[in-house]
Amino acid sequence: MASFQGKKINPKRFHVSQIKFYVLLLPLAIFMVLPIIYIFTTAFKPAEELFKFPPSFFVENPTWDNYKALFELISGTSIPATRYLFNSIIVTVLTMFISIILSVSAGYVLSKKKFKGQKLIFEINTLALMFVPIAVTIPRFILIVNLGLVDRFISNILPIVAMPVGLFLIKQFIDQIPDALIEAAKMDGASELDILFKIIIPSVRPAIATVAIMSFQSAWGNVEASVYYLNNESLKTFAYYITTFTSATNTSITQGITAASALIMFLPNLIIFIVMQSKVMDTMAHSGIK
Amino acid sequence: MQDTEVLQNEVTATVELPAEAELTAEQQTDGKKRRSKGEKAVKLPKHPKVEHIGGKKSGLMTALLIAPYLLAFIIFIVLPVILAIILSFTDFNSISSPSFVGLDNYIRLFTEDEVFMQKVIPNTLVFSIIAGPVGYFLSFFLAWMLAQVPKGPRTVLALCLYAPSLTSGVAMQVVWTAIFSGDPNGYLNAILLKMGVISEAVQWLQSGDYLMPIMIVVTIWSSMGIGFLSMLSGILNIDPQLYEAAYIDGMRNRFQEIFHVTMPSIKPQMLFGAVMAVVNTFQAGAIGVELSGSNPTPNYNGQLIINHIQDYGYIRYEMGYAAAISVVLLILIYAVSKIIMALLSSKND
Repeated sequence: MASFQGKKINPKRFHVSQIKFYVLLLPLAIFMVLPIIYIFTTAFKPAEELFKFPPSFFVENPTWDNYKALFELISGTSIPATRYLFNSIIVTVLTMFISIILSVSAGYVLSKKKFKGQKLIFEINTLALMFVPIAVTIPRFILIVNLGLVDRFISNILPIVAMPVGLFLIKQFIDQIPDALIEAAKMDGASELDILFKIIIPSVRPAIATVAIMSFQSAWGNVEASVYYLNNESLKTFAYYITTFTSATNTSITQGITAASALIMFLPNLIIFIVMQSKVMDTMAHSGIK
Repeated sequence: MQDTEVLQNEVTATVELPAEAELTAEQQTDGKKRRSKGEKAVKLPKHPKVEHIGGKKSGLMTALLIAPYLLAFIIFIVLPVILAIILSFTDFNSISSPSFVGLDNYIRLFTEDEVFMQKVIPNTLVFSIIAGPVGYFLSFFLAWMLAQVPKGPRTVLALCLYAPSLTSGVAMQVVWTAIFSGDPNGYLNAILLKMGVISEAVQWLQSGDYLMPIMIVVTIWSSMGIGFLSMLSGILNIDPQLYEAAYIDGMRNRFQEIFHVTMPSIKPQMLFGAVMAVVNTFQAGAIGVELSGSNPTPNYNGQLIINHIQDYGYIRYEMGYAAAISVVLLILIYAVSKIIMALLSSKND
């Protein structure tokens, strides 16, 4: 081991020396995925398999029963599950859209413009990476009341559109774009919006993808508004809807339905990540706090 | 470096399209000349003249572009924190208007609240001292190993490790309650009964003895999140020449390599990962309530600061007191992050 043995990081192909990593990584990776596989199998288990003894991990006779039950189930206030799902989709799409626009435009300004307080804003934003929304639900609730947003659909969206992590990542990414390029575009007569839409946005696509994933995750799983700011059931989200029957007694029917809905919650997250993972990794290369 | 190049090419390609359409031939060659310099352009210092080209209009544009984010940021992040600080000095039951009580809430929290001092604080410390660093170092170690296998297997393995962080607590409740069910049918009970390790079913989630360890395991399970990706990407982007140089300088083994090359090179990513780890650890506070299904948790054994806030805020409606606990939590997160940052910076310099 005394001398350098060639490039070890990011190898192109398999080598015997990598076996030790596989030996550690493989079992761990399998262990980590087991609970998730369990969600998959349970979601498709018929009632008799859900309460078998000894419990079985895999499903023998997969069925869509749990999904049928989930969508036929009517909550206490006679709102169908599809309504919650529809709300969640709207909330998620709007949140993603708005938070991307906010992060990109603010990130551009913080990275490429000079103005008073610019540094301060970015520092406060970096500080806000440590912000824990769950710690301030009470003052947020008071603000929502005073803004007249109680029982307004928009209170599902507004509190989560400003994402300090999103702005942080996009700003770091825009920093990589050479100033000379923007300068050149300006001399060629490009307006601010031209620069934003034709230079900044196309070149920070990986960072935008990352912010999209993160805002998707936070919006799709958000229950804060449904629990605290909304009384009207028809405005609440699917993530909230799940909590209403997980807390109920653990009968076989609720177990199957919960697994089915847990899968509905999890799958979109997974699919979006798989589709965008290479872009995410590009962004992460610039994620460091300097 | 390779990354910046790719980025630059992409940028150049995209800007040429719109610009060319409106340009005269003369300007075009001018523009191309500038771009062909490529590498040098990256290092060009910011030209002060540029800022004046747009003049006042540019200033207005700047304000317009940042205002929406700032507005949302101030209303839903900054103001709630300030409001929490103000409320923490008041007595407020959410019906009558708040009355100023000075430091009473804090004094009560640290001198009279037995649950807080005897259960919540020790629980939070145990939970965060174990779950936080273990999750963090596991993230680093796994990222380091992953970086040394080829891309195909790496992507699959990284996905397996990252997937748990995509789950939400509520959705996973069904898994944990099935595994740790107090019923002999529960997975863990069934396995241990079969193996003869235990003679009767254990109330994993309701007993209190096991709740905390289970909370820690579940939290570590889902801690390979964005900080993990950040560190992995950081390690993959380390310039291989650095390793080469270090070996020439007399570095002897992989252990030295981690400390002298890998960690210093990805320090920014490690700091980012550390902040994310701290935040996630404190945010994971709801896990005890989700697992046991009740707040307060059985005998307060899984009670963390977050649960204590909700207990007082939404169950007892003592908003001022709950706000004081929130402030203590935010200060704690800030202090811990700062300490970790200081530790990481001094070690690697």
